[in-house]
Amino acid sequence: MNIHEYQAKTLFAQFGVPVPQGASAKSAAEFDSALAQLPEGPTMVKSQIHAGGRGKGTFTNGYKGGVKFCKTKTDAKSIAGEMIGNTLVTAQTGAAGRKVQTIYFTVASDIKKEYYLAILLDRASSKPVIVASTEGGVEIEKVAHETPEKIFKVLVDPAYGLADFQVRELIFGLGLNAAEGKNAAKLIRNLYKMFWETDAAMIEVNPLITTPDDQVLALDAKVSFDSNALFRHPEIVALRDLNEEDPKEIEASKYDLAYIALDGNIACLVNGAGLAMSTMDIIKHYGGNPANFLDVGGGASKEKVVAAFKIILGDANVQGIFVNIFGGIMDCNVIAEGIVEAVKEVGLKLPLVVRLEGNNVDKGKATLDASGLSLVSGDTMADAAQKIVKLVA
Amino acid sequence: MSILISSETKIMVQGITGAFGGKHAQLSIDYGTQVVAGVTPGKGGQTFEHAGVKVPIFNTVAEAAKATGATVSTIFVPPPFAGDAILECVDAGLDLAVCITEGIPIKDMIRVKRAMSGAKTRLIGPNCPGVVTPGTGEGSKGGCRIGIAPGYIHKKGHVGVVSRSGTLTYEAVFQITSKGLGQSTSVGIGGDPVNGTSHLDVIKLFNEDPDTKGIILIGEIGGNAEVEAARWIKANCKKPVAGFIAGATAPAGRRMGHAGAVVGGHEDTAEAKIAVFKECGIEVAETPSDMADALLRAAKAKGVSLD
Repeated sequence: MNIHEYQAKTLFAQFGVPVPQGASAKSAAEFDSALAQLPEGPTMVKSQIHAGGRGKGTFTNGYKGGVKFCKTKTDAKSIAGEMIGNTLVTAQTGAAGRKVQTIYFTVASDIKKEYYLAILLDRASSKPVIVASTEGGVEIEKVAHETPEKIFKVLVDPAYGLADFQVRELIFGLGLNAAEGKNAAKLIRNLYKMFWETDAAMIEVNPLITTPDDQVLALDAKVSFDSNALFRHPEIVALRDLNEEDPKEIEASKYDLAYIALDGNIACLVNGAGLAMSTMDIIKHYGGNPANFLDVGGGASKEKVVAAFKIILGDANVQGIFVNIFGGIMDCNVIAEGIVEAVKEVGLKLPLVVRLEGNNVDKGKATLDASGLSLVSGDTMADAAQKIVKLVA
Repeated sequence: MSILISSETKIMVQGITGAFGGKHAQLSIDYGTQVVAGVTPGKGGQTFEHAGVKVPIFNTVAEAAKATGATVSTIFVPPPFAGDAILECVDAGLDLAVCITEGIPIKDMIRVKRAMSGAKTRLIGPNCPGVVTPGTGEGSKGGCRIGIAPGYIHKKGHVGVVSRSGTLTYEAVFQITSKGLGQSTSVGIGGDPVNGTSHLDVIKLFNEDPDTKGIILIGEIGGNAEVEAARWIKANCKKPVAGFIAGATAPAGRRMGHAGAVVGGHEDTAEAKIAVFKECGIEVAETPSDMADALLRAAKAKGVSLD
């Protein structure tokens, strides 16, 4: 689960990670009260959406830049008016962009130098890893690729926790002076504490900055949380912004379906995450384009299948449906009954290819045959994929 | 022969009194698996009955192991308590804990994995379909089925299958059986980013198992476990190996159902993993329908019979 920058910085402040003073506003009417909390002087205006590349983004109304520096608070107020309620398109949002519903004003900091700092899971060692670099404000993948010697990593032993010598390694790696180092050590410790205690999946601070008076501040904040751990963090769940999520994905999650919208025209309904992924792949392999990832899970009921059909048909781009079920334990006939009911309920006009295999498959196929529905069956995944690709071509 | 488990293996089921754990304990009993104990704290002394088999229930794993001689546990405990259930197996000195539970917090697994270092117990999963060593009976009955995989699609034979994904494992097993071949053991290691046994661990076991003549390695986007396994195969494994990677069309940064299936960097894409497979002499299945055929191609090239 992702949160906004302004929410992340509130958490930072709670955990003792210094951030520039800031205030958020959810409408133009709130600009004055938000700005009143900040001192007069240079101010940053930052669009709040769950996507990177905001600074270089363009609004659909033509206004350029989702993050702006302003010399005065008066300027900041007028710039914020250009952003709020408008849709920002960045390299990460896709062409549709995201509507900016919150503006975050912060004091513009004097920057001596920019750094990079992140905490995430290192899968190879199954330990948290802290990554720091002297190259801040740029794409870290690029730094890792071109100048790996400028990246410093420490793996934290989950039994002992972050050790002092590891913090020193990072600080000396970054080449900080004594005063900066002292401040950075505190920041790193507190950030790790936040990572561990909130069940964060990733915390990225890019850039982390030093100021002329040797302060160290998190100038940006990108934080995501382990969705498996949300049950023990109601305070994090409260930060969820449904405006940032695809309505179809929200609907799917109500039925415990894993759904992700893609930009193709062949909808997929599959059981199992691995099979669902490879169903998308096989469609592409035969020249088609998948419209979604959809895993109905192991215990799919008739109701779940009907809900899944409604969700995939809610995508206007869909021109055909591919149902691919390997019913190991799951009864194929339950799926077949769900398909028949769903097709009748939604009055399906689009081509439908069904591949059923596994437990009680003969009864399932008989149910489909007896239904009188115009659907095509496929014997194998490959056979079915080729059929649906041909039908929508 | 087989790896990890055989028809002799005695297993216990943690969470046997839950709907999910109970159902799959029944299916395992039907398959001929020696389900000798159940564990549900607070229900010790009760009995789980199915098809004439009476399975005693214990309050703790240690008691169950001591009383019945079970060396393996299947864990069907809800996510908030599953990490603790794994550690209980470690403490009781079991050989193997297979954790089926999906949705365990990553932090819990980080701590469990750290606590398990140096321990005797091997963990498979979490978020996995389990392990099946087929038997010689009808529908491969008489074997050992641990977890939630369908037993009847298996056939006793000589192909080892290892995968993160449940349904893709079934797909591969079914293709092998449909071709008249069979499996030594099929192992689902689970779709989570922090898990117990890795692809490489299982490949090493298959490589040492005289009864396994060919291997299907199924992976997906995210992490570098498949790459690690492939490099080891290139250097050490003489047996024919076929590989498949799911998620070639997955967009970067989106979690594809499995918590571990997220493309983060350049190295963990399907494209990068497939390239490493090819470089390491692994026959790549072009599509998931091609997995058994890919292994047959690999076996033919090495002059190995999989019968």
